[in-house]
Amino acid sequence: MPAGYRKTLIRQIGQHAHSEIVGQLPEGNWITRAPTLERKAILLAKVQDEAGHGLYLYCAAETLGVSRDELTEKLLDGRMKYSSIFNYPTLNWADMGAVGWLVDGAAILNQVPLQRTSFGPYARAMVRVCKEESFHARQGFDVMRKMATGTPAQQKMAQDALNRLWFPALMMFGPSDAESTHSEQSMAWKIKMNSNDELRQKFVDQTVPQIEFLGLELPDAGIKWNEARGSYDYSDPDWSKFFDVIQGNGPCNVDRLAARNKAWKDGAWVRDGLLAHARKKAARKHAAE
Amino acid sequence: MKNEWPLWEVFIRGQHGLSHRHVGSLHAPDAEMAIKNARDVYTRRNEGVSIWVVEANNITASSPSNKGPLYEPAESKVYRHPTFFDIPDEVGAM
Ligand SMILES: [Fe+2]
Ligand SMILES: [Fe+2]
Repeated sequence: MPAGYRKTLIRQIGQHAHSEIVGQLPEGNWITRAPTLERKAILLAKVQDEAGHGLYLYCAAETLGVSRDELTEKLLDGRMKYSSIFNYPTLNWADMGAVGWLVDGAAILNQVPLQRTSFGPYARAMVRVCKEESFHARQGFDVMRKMATGTPAQQKMAQDALNRLWFPALMMFGPSDAESTHSEQSMAWKIKMNSNDELRQKFVDQTVPQIEFLGLELPDAGIKWNEARGSYDYSDPDWSKFFDVIQGNGPCNVDRLAARNKAWKDGAWVRDGLLAHARKKAARKHAAE
Repeated sequence: MKNEWPLWEVFIRGQHGLSHRHVGSLHAPDAEMAIKNARDVYTRRNEGVSIWVVEANNITASSPSNKGPLYEPAESKVYRHPTFFDIPDEVGAM
């Protein structure tokens, strides 16, 4: 395996895994405040899936010779990144709808082609992930639909969530192809299957009719059907904001990393205790034989 | 010494009387916890009726670079396949 391919894959799969793990935080924020027991159970199941996605992906990365702890440490001290979308706060219950519908919806478009990626363990992890993602998108849309057809206050929350998350969701596909530095090599290696702009356009085209179905206002005045292209025109996100969030200046960067560091530190005694117990048990068994 | 939990490979038998199939791996302090974790990570949607876990360092794998010596000899033994033999139509199904 070429060294560059291995290195790029470790970075890509590692970042993907970190995104699944950090991605639990914005939704975990609402588990105890879900409006009904059923919504709470659904949200719990969804967040648990994301933990699973992180684990599938760490497994895939480990087959490349990097250890789980090494990847975790690099996330915790900021040497590795996770998707910037998770640096935005989830301010009202409709955000749980918008996140599932838009964020997981965008993630699906990114992940579906990766089921055919050139690296087997990554492709197989994506097959499992994609199976579970449609549940995520649908439960989100269902929350959104309930809110969008609810009381005027609920409708306002739905619109607010859509407005806040629209451009960050568009940014999930990465900068425009012209500015994307690694794209060409990654496409040649088949660890990236479509261009960023291509997937972004697909997302806009599939989501605009859904916004209209919900009866919400379009979050961007630039959205207009383009007959000639057979696609919607839309406004480009403000990329300076995107790079600013990547640099660490998003609304929640500090909180997210602090939460991961705290969880890792607070869990240390459990990890160590279970390992000590397992070693003691093995030694006892060994002595008895 | 680093306190990383060992790596386990997970095999699951699906619903339909199939053999156990490798589904992925996970970290766990011992076999008992590996089964518990495998249940949470790999069977959240009725994917299986039975789980095997094997500590990864107990697995011996053939080397990909040995592909030639291991498998090429079979290529010249076409007579091992039933299609090698011509059975006249009159003989019927065989
Ligand atoms: Fe996910
Ligand atoms: Fe998801």
